[in-house]
Amino acid sequence: MTGRRRTIQFTLNGQPVAAEIGVHQNLTELLQDRFGLFGARESCGQGLCGCCTVLVDGQAITGCLRLAVLVDGSDVRTIEGLSDGETLSPEQEAFIESGAFQCGYCTPGFILMTRKLLDENPDPSDDDIKHYLSGNLCRCGAYPEILNAVKLAGRKRAALT
Amino acid sequence: MADRSTTTSVGHSIARLEGRDKVTGRTDYIYNLRLPSMLHAKACRSPISHGRIRAIDTGAALAMPGVRHVVTGEDVKAVLPEPYYGPAFHDQPILALDKVRHFGEPVAVVLADDPHIAESAAQIIEVDYQELPGVYDEIEALRGQVIVHEELKPAGTFADLKHLAGRRDTNLALDYHLRHGDTDRAFAQAEHVFDHIFSTQQTMHAAFEPIVALADMRDGRLTIYSSTQSPSFVRFEIARLLGWPESHVRVKTAHLGGGFGAKVYVKAEALAMALSLIARRPVRVALTMEEQFYTITKHANTVRIRSAVDKDGRITGRKCEVWWNGGAYADIGPRVAQKSGFSAAGPYDIENVDIDSFALYTNRPPAGALRGFGIPQLVWAYESHTDIIAGELGIDPLAFRKRNILRNGRPQAVGSIVEDAEFEAVLDDVARRMNWRGPFDKGSGTLLRGRGIAIGFKASISPPPPSPIVSVQADGSCIVHCSTVDMGQGSDTAMAQIAAEVLNIALDSIKIVHPDTDVTPYDMSTLGSRSTFHMGHAVRLAAQDARGKLDAMASAAGLPEGANTPLADLFVKTFGMRAGTIVGAANYMPEYAPPNYETGQTPKVTPFWMIGAAGAEVEVDTQTGQFRITRLVNVCDAGKAINPAVVETQISGAAVMQLGFTMTENMIIEDGQLTNPSLADYKIPGFFDLPDAMENGFIEAEQHNGPFGAKGVGESGTFGVSPAIANAIADAVGVRITRLPITAEAVFRALRAKAGNPLGDA
Repeated sequence: MTGRRRTIQFTLNGQPVAAEIGVHQNLTELLQDRFGLFGARESCGQGLCGCCTVLVDGQAITGCLRLAVLVDGSDVRTIEGLSDGETLSPEQEAFIESGAFQCGYCTPGFILMTRKLLDENPDPSDDDIKHYLSGNLCRCGAYPEILNAVKLAGRKRAALT
Repeated sequence: MADRSTTTSVGHSIARLEGRDKVTGRTDYIYNLRLPSMLHAKACRSPISHGRIRAIDTGAALAMPGVRHVVTGEDVKAVLPEPYYGPAFHDQPILALDKVRHFGEPVAVVLADDPHIAESAAQIIEVDYQELPGVYDEIEALRGQVIVHEELKPAGTFADLKHLAGRRDTNLALDYHLRHGDTDRAFAQAEHVFDHIFSTQQTMHAAFEPIVALADMRDGRLTIYSSTQSPSFVRFEIARLLGWPESHVRVKTAHLGGGFGAKVYVKAEALAMALSLIARRPVRVALTMEEQFYTITKHANTVRIRSAVDKDGRITGRKCEVWWNGGAYADIGPRVAQKSGFSAAGPYDIENVDIDSFALYTNRPPAGALRGFGIPQLVWAYESHTDIIAGELGIDPLAFRKRNILRNGRPQAVGSIVEDAEFEAVLDDVARRMNWRGPFDKGSGTLLRGRGIAIGFKASISPPPPSPIVSVQADGSCIVHCSTVDMGQGSDTAMAQIAAEVLNIALDSIKIVHPDTDVTPYDMSTLGSRSTFHMGHAVRLAAQDARGKLDAMASAAGLPEGANTPLADLFVKTFGMRAGTIVGAANYMPEYAPPNYETGQTPKVTPFWMIGAAGAEVEVDTQTGQFRITRLVNVCDAGKAINPAVVETQISGAAVMQLGFTMTENMIIEDGQLTNPSLADYKIPGFFDLPDAMENGFIEAEQHNGPFGAKGVGESGTFGVSPAIANAIADAVGVRITRLPITAEAVFRALRAKAGNPLGDA
């Protein structure tokens, strides 16, 4: 079953990359095993928890359900590409300042979704936020703080523009 | 010893130390760890819940290209003659031997370089079972028609289990009995007697970082990397299985992606160790979310609770019988039966109390600790029962509770005098936030509204003592070595705040070393909301020890007292250059006395009490049974908070988790098979399960023997949630739900039954 492999080329956090990958392997495995990026991570394995959220061509997808070969030619963004390592993005700052995580396992997924939401809707209502983030779960139950963090991130972004 | 405490750090809402790593996706979870030349393990699991293993055919799996080993229970036994583990009983085989006792039990394991190969091969292992009848209900288990274990094998760790050694033909893994006063007389003289039965369902932790262990065995030394809450216990148990000195076993952890009690004691570590022993290579055992359902769960239980009440509305006697559904392996379940069992009568001042608490084996997946260690299952019963009594006597639920509440200086039923336990203040604060005495809109037509309150309490777990090391470096920075595991509760930050406070140094010059048994000294485990109190206290003492040595250095260097010489200069003055390390160490041993076996009584059952209360407002649609929680208030006694913001999120998170256990989460077993081991069919709370309004808080209090007045709070937010919601529903529409979860269907059935028009079975 690991016999069939393909070489794919895509853009990863702004850089052109290539990798050889089994046709049965998913995007989370590609990012972890070939690029050492563990921000998108497996939890439920069924696309329900959002821990493996990745942005592919601007769309938020669950890495555990996306075959790696399908990102050939795509633009892939992960949590690691959100900041340069020194300066945090407004969303990342807002999650820290709002105390919007406990164990942190689901946090990259929530932050990527927050980035997407605010790109589409800079000033979302509580209901907008709940709808948009309903595909992400947090077992530590930090939802009230996440709600605050998204609103704070919106304000931070507005102040930058 | 000089204590130069200032208020630079403790008591402030400082952001978590690891925040940047968590928001950039760089946190070092063990699930993300890979070792050179590592093999991946995938288990073949039992499709039945009780049966004899007649034969295992591993031939096809072994023949699959890429498969290195296929390991069965017999293969493990060949290298480890007694391959059974467990904290209370040595009852759990590393891989099934002779029998399987629950659905999903691991029977064989494939090792391969590629995890997909291992998974495919595990699916073609053929196991021939002789199926046996199973027992799934705790009351049926007590009758003993189906026996789960032929013979009981207590681990010897706990004195009150030793008498069970060698016992046969029973599913009873512990019976705990408490006798306080003369309950029969209280009931004979009672003005009113109440008698109810309540039950809860089996649920599970669903920690998002699944349980994982990597074992690397070489040259008579073993290193285990595990997402464990109990590194010291894992070392103890693995060394025992191997017959090795503990110094030859090293257990390392990192940040955990949630624990909630799932990762206490031994989980995947024994299997990883045995596989590495056999394969002579590092092995990774990484469970999936589905496999976590087969590994450890929260006890279902049944409670019968009876109360004797006098004409003034005083509870004069209570009898509680509690049956805990422990599943196929005891894990820490017998401790749940005792350590939580003694509080089954609730936080009330009752002269006469009988409690009988029974831990039972069944053919369900094993049950152990889950955020509250049995307490939420008991609060569900006693706070529903208490509310029914208040209703039937026509007394306001808050007033009835306050009339009977336990107060400081009074003995709890277990015989210990209660101190620093602000039951009444917590209740009052819930009432204040709910505007309990104000008008309340009860709704109209088919949308009716109601509100309810509930309060629960818990003892902490003690001893043994933690022994941290606080070392001050020559530049004045500080490293704290402690075996408390940060699984999201913020312990790294709290410990750093405590050390910074005592040493009077900047928080960001403190490093917390994550548990590594070669490096960080013993700690029993991170569980039971014990770390802030126990480890926090010990870190404080160790920092004071270091501070004392620094003071002595200053004095020897001829510096005047209070000179506040920078620490780096002090090292230079003492050692002639910037060199050296000052090591502070301490043990912290709080007072504790184990209960008497006959009476269950003890003068000192806990070093501190945890208290949590909830208030709920609901709106019920009488045509469908659908209900909405319009408001949820949670208030705890946290002592004096080390980090108020983190305390508040602990309370909030615990309440959200308990909402899942109250409304949606339920492990459903049909014909011996678990039907919903996935987050698709086992629904944990998401954004839309939150109450319309949610308020969390803690009262001003002080734990006199806690570090800076603090006490534990990780579990308290779970206590009151479920009964507060049931009480609110009863207030709204006059029906009483006695089984968790509270679903719309359950409410609708109860409404139809009340109307004299019951629904047939689904």
